[in-house]
Amino acid sequence: MPATPMSKAEREQGHAHSQASRVFDLSEHSLRELNQALHKLTPGSNETAWEVLNPKGSHSVAVGVDQPITIDVRGSVGYYCAGMNDGAAITVHGSAGPGVGENMMSGSIVIKGDASQYAGATGRGGLLVIEGNASSRCGISMKGIDIVVHGNIGHMSAFMAQSGNLVVLGDAGDALGDSIYEARLFVRGKVESLGADCIAKEMRPEHIELLQGLLDKAGVTGVKASEFKRYGSARKLYNFNIDNADAY
Amino acid sequence: MTYRNPPTTPRKSATFDDYTLSEIRRAAATGIYDIRGAGAKRKLPHFDDLLFLGASISRYPLEGYRERCDTSVVLGSRHAKKPIELKIPITIAGMSFGSLSGPAKEALGRGATLSGTSTTTGDGGMTEEERGHSKTLVYQYLPSRYGMNPRDLRRADAIEVVVGQGAKPGGGGMLLGQKISDRVAEMRTLPKGIDQRSASRHPDWTGPDDLEIKILELREITDWEKPIYVKVGGARPYYDTALAVKAGADVVVVDGMQGGTAATQEVFIENVGQPTLACIRPAVQALQDLGMHRKVQLIVSGGIRNGADVAKALALGVDAVSIGTAALVALGDNDPRWEAEYNALGTTAGAYDDWHEGRDPAGITTQDPELMKRVDPIAAGRRLANYLKVMTLEAQTIARACGKNSLHNLEPEDLVALSIEAAAMAGVPLAGTNWIPGKNGF
Repeated sequence: MPATPMSKAEREQGHAHSQASRVFDLSEHSLRELNQALHKLTPGSNETAWEVLNPKGSHSVAVGVDQPITIDVRGSVGYYCAGMNDGAAITVHGSAGPGVGENMMSGSIVIKGDASQYAGATGRGGLLVIEGNASSRCGISMKGIDIVVHGNIGHMSAFMAQSGNLVVLGDAGDALGDSIYEARLFVRGKVESLGADCIAKEMRPEHIELLQGLLDKAGVTGVKASEFKRYGSARKLYNFNIDNADAY
Repeated sequence: MTYRNPPTTPRKSATFDDYTLSEIRRAAATGIYDIRGAGAKRKLPHFDDLLFLGASISRYPLEGYRERCDTSVVLGSRHAKKPIELKIPITIAGMSFGSLSGPAKEALGRGATLSGTSTTTGDGGMTEEERGHSKTLVYQYLPSRYGMNPRDLRRADAIEVVVGQGAKPGGGGMLLGQKISDRVAEMRTLPKGIDQRSASRHPDWTGPDDLEIKILELREITDWEKPIYVKVGGARPYYDTALAVKAGADVVVVDGMQGGTAATQEVFIENVGQPTLACIRPAVQALQDLGMHRKVQLIVSGGIRNGADVAKALALGVDAVSIGTAALVALGDNDPRWEAEYNALGTTAGAYDDWHEGRDPAGITTQDPELMKRVDPIAAGRRLANYLKVMTLEAQTIARACGKNSLHNLEPEDLVALSIEAAAMAGVPLAGTNWIPGKNGF
């Protein structure tokens, strides 16, 4: 493997991607080579800007990255893109398959297109922005991540969501926030239905401030925090009570 | 003197026995199902229903104490760059920090390390105690993903994707509020004191095709270094084993219904899943049908108690066994020295299974700072190591008697069964006959 793999297209285009210090073409090199090269980076590395070409729906693109670098993925990806990201700023210039950014620790992920199921599942930190729509179970079991979806999200989103913030500029599907713990959900559009123990809550000034900060971080303009409704846990199912059994 | 007809002896129902009656009364009084720890307590066909034949004219034995009988096993050689090498084929099963106290987890790590074997995290993440004291640590990847992070994934020696467990195939974890201390709450990202119900399904994959992609992700994150296990409850062992192999597992773990849990419904433990003995041959058969027996290793757990159980499991084609309940007993669980305190809890030593309540007199299944002091991790770790040593010596004794210079050379032909049920499940002849129920059309 050359020290700086360049694709044929890249060589022909000359400096078309001159901002990237390293270009990785998945049509010429394997997924394993890409991820291992990313894992070999150490603090202070000069290779801070990466570009991945021809992902063509590959699974596990740029997983387990733990350095504060930027990665631009030119095309759509399969499952678990940017899984367990810890500090990198990863942009997918296309759509993402299931589980994008699962268990993210820190950093940011931006999906220019749509995202499939389980986007941001179990994420613990960082920011996941989906500029299109997200499918079902967006933010499932989230544990501290912030997720901003420009479009709509599917059913069972934020299921058992423990912590963090889910912001939806469009609509939410059925059973939003089922069995939710302490995560906060902000939805601007219509909510098809709420899941067990999830209720609408008052938007107090601190929530407006929090939400505005998230919208700013996600680069959302022309939308006011006051346009959103807040949803969260009624906390009625936190300790088992037989009289609540019908809620499940 | 008047003649009185002789009375009949008062007769209790076999169907409505004392335990059943007490459970009906308890349910009627409380309106909630019974929750408890441990595995199935009902009588089941088990390893006790099998016997070794030993040596005879056609098979000659090895000299006890003099001729070598190998006990080592390598796990994860299929894909992992760094397979695990264990000195004994007995590992410590996954048990969470949260359900167990910190000192108990440390003791498991110490005992396993002294014995040259591995221990396993649980549904609560990896603690410093167990990482620090475990030479070989298997990191469980569970539906809840509590405490899950890439750093711990990379400092584990193997990764076990948990699909299910024998005590409750299809059920998630349960940790009631009284055990959610500050530290447990922080590790699980949950409010203190709530009843915590772990998910029963993984949040980001369903089915064998997704599992294959999930395993690929875990391998990519860890640079293909770590063995990846897939653990299933004893539900459909043939198909679950075959699908785990297809999904790319290095090791398949099958946990029968005697395998313990920290807490779930009694009705679940006793009525869902198959006995360990019934799971082994189908799992082995799946590996053989795929040409993967001994290439993908098989670990079986659920009710392993002594060296004879180890030897029998290995003779049926298993590569290693795993112990959980027995390891806790070695640490001091259900010890009669605490009988007065067990009585105060309405139970007796040997029957205590309310592990979810966090009041364990032995200090093992608790987060109570005072109770957990009763576990000395060094002494308890030594007891576990002693116990593992005895089990290993027992298994070697049997293997040598069968003429085997390795525990892994034991074979089904060394066994007979004492009951038709065990003969059918284990696929070995009923003692005194050449009849294997279900074989050759009979």
